Amino acid sequence: MIETFNEAHSLLLQGIQVTVKAALLSIVIGIFVGLVSCLITVARIPVLKWLAAAYVWVVRGTPMLVQALFIYFGCPDVIRTVLPSFTVTPFIAGVITLSLNAGAYLSEIFRSGIQAVNTGQIEASRSLGLSAFTTMRKVVLPQAFKITVPSLVNQFIITVKDTSILTVIGLKEIVNMARQHVSIKYDYFETFIWVGAFYLVVISALMVLSKFVEKKLNYDKKG
Amino acid sequence: MTKKVKVSGLRKSFGKLEVLRGIDLEIDEGEVVCLIGPSGSGKSTFLRCLNRLEESTGGTIEVDGFEISDKKQNINKVRENIGMVFQQFNLFTNKTAKANLMFAPVQLKKMKRAQAEKRAMQLLIRVGLEDKANSYPHQLSGGQQQRVAIARALAMNPDIMLFDEPTSALDPEMVGEVLQVMKELAMDGMTMVVVTHEMGFARDVADRVLFMSDGLLVEQGTPDEIFSAPKEQRTKDFLSSVLKV
Ligand SMILES: Nc1ncnc2c1ncn2[C@@H]1O[C@H](COP(=O)(O)OP(=O)(O)OP(=O)(O)O)[C@@H](O)[C@H]1O
Ligand SMILES: [Mg+2]
Repeated sequence: MIETFNEAHSLLLQGIQVTVKAALLSIVIGIFVGLVSCLITVARIPVLKWLAAAYVWVVRGTPMLVQALFIYFGCPDVIRTVLPSFTVTPFIAGVITLSLNAGAYLSEIFRSGIQAVNTGQIEASRSLGLSAFTTMRKVVLPQAFKITVPSLVNQFIITVKDTSILTVIGLKEIVNMARQHVSIKYDYFETFIWVGAFYLVVISALMVLSKFVEKKLNYDKKG
Repeated sequence: MTKKVKVSGLRKSFGKLEVLRGIDLEIDEGEVVCLIGPSGSGKSTFLRCLNRLEESTGGTIEVDGFEISDKKQNINKVRENIGMVFQQFNLFTNKTAKANLMFAPVQLKKMKRAQAEKRAMQLLIRVGLEDKANSYPHQLSGGQQQRVAIARALAMNPDIMLFDEPTSALDPEMVGEVLQVMKELAMDGMTMVVVTHEMGFARDVADRVLFMSDGLLVEQGTPDEIFSAPKEQRTKDFLSSVLKV
């Protein structure tokens, strides 16, 4: 075990960096995309709401593997017919894929959170003279956020794991680096235990963080 | 006397169902009006039209000199002067009692935080809950929550208060404390429209009692006229059914 670690750690550490960067960036962009898509849906903005629905439909209805291949290999081909010099790195294509994926699921998570805030509080806020916008921002979203923390963290965990799929487009994340290593050393057993351990540590940290945030936010609830 | 509320020919339909079928009503400043009637007769719908929580489908509504039914009207501005109290309290569950009271005045820049806090404490004292200022809604009894909700509406200094069955969701032993707060409010000269099943309250506090049935104001008069000598058969039937229990 230790031997494998000593031999592989520089490769694995490089992979870890890429995995963490891609996951973090995709989560941040995904939150933004998800929020926009969700607000468009909830506010029933004409035309845009159809786009948002189509977006969620396509992402949920196709495997991420296919999306990644499409975005990395498929789209640039088409773009090159207009812009012959166009290229895209695996990292950028990977982050786009992951963000769009996380965004679609987060959009649904946010929407269910918003719908869980009872309409009575919204009516109370409106009856006091607050606009629909302020009511959304100050009454609904803070409470919706609280309700959705467990599902949010769950989605973050999925995004971290999904970075491994991006191996197929050549992203140099930890699984890719591990495969490079074992193709020379053949120590599959040890190497993939280390890789698995890495995911376990990161995801356990997210779970602990989630419990902590839930506790912090539940100051206003019983129990 | 200035008229606080002028409703004429008010109609409201939900799809094919016509719930309000032409309501005419004027309410004076400082008048306390109680609205009674069977379940489903349109009382809540009528009340909610008065601050456009429901969009009317016909007729005109004027509150405080503002044309509520006018689509171009800035409804948020008008609502600042119309307090509303709901059957289910509808407090902001993530805010303390005091923060519930401060929310609207601060957000709408009516007051600075310190001033809003002072005002909130005055109002909590007025409803007898100064010791609950830092409690969250779930830590309060139903009666206490409803008193906070009344104080929250008062925090905007409204000219008129709408109550939709404010005591219907309460355990019987808590009804009194809420009615007491409303009674004091009435005596202070607040214009009030109260949908209620509390006939005792209507009899004691109302200047006028309205009886609604099937989306129409069937009969109205002083509490004495309505409770002691109702003229319409539907009013008699309704009163005998509620007063028996
Ligand atoms: N949002 C809505 N959509 C469709 N129908 C509605 C809606 N709100 C109310 N109604 C219908 O309108 C009618 C009047 O309802 P409303 O709530 O005004 O009655 P109410 O007199 O307040 O009754 P209660 O004493 O039970 O509160 C009922 O038949 C109700 O089902
Ligand atoms: Mg009702």
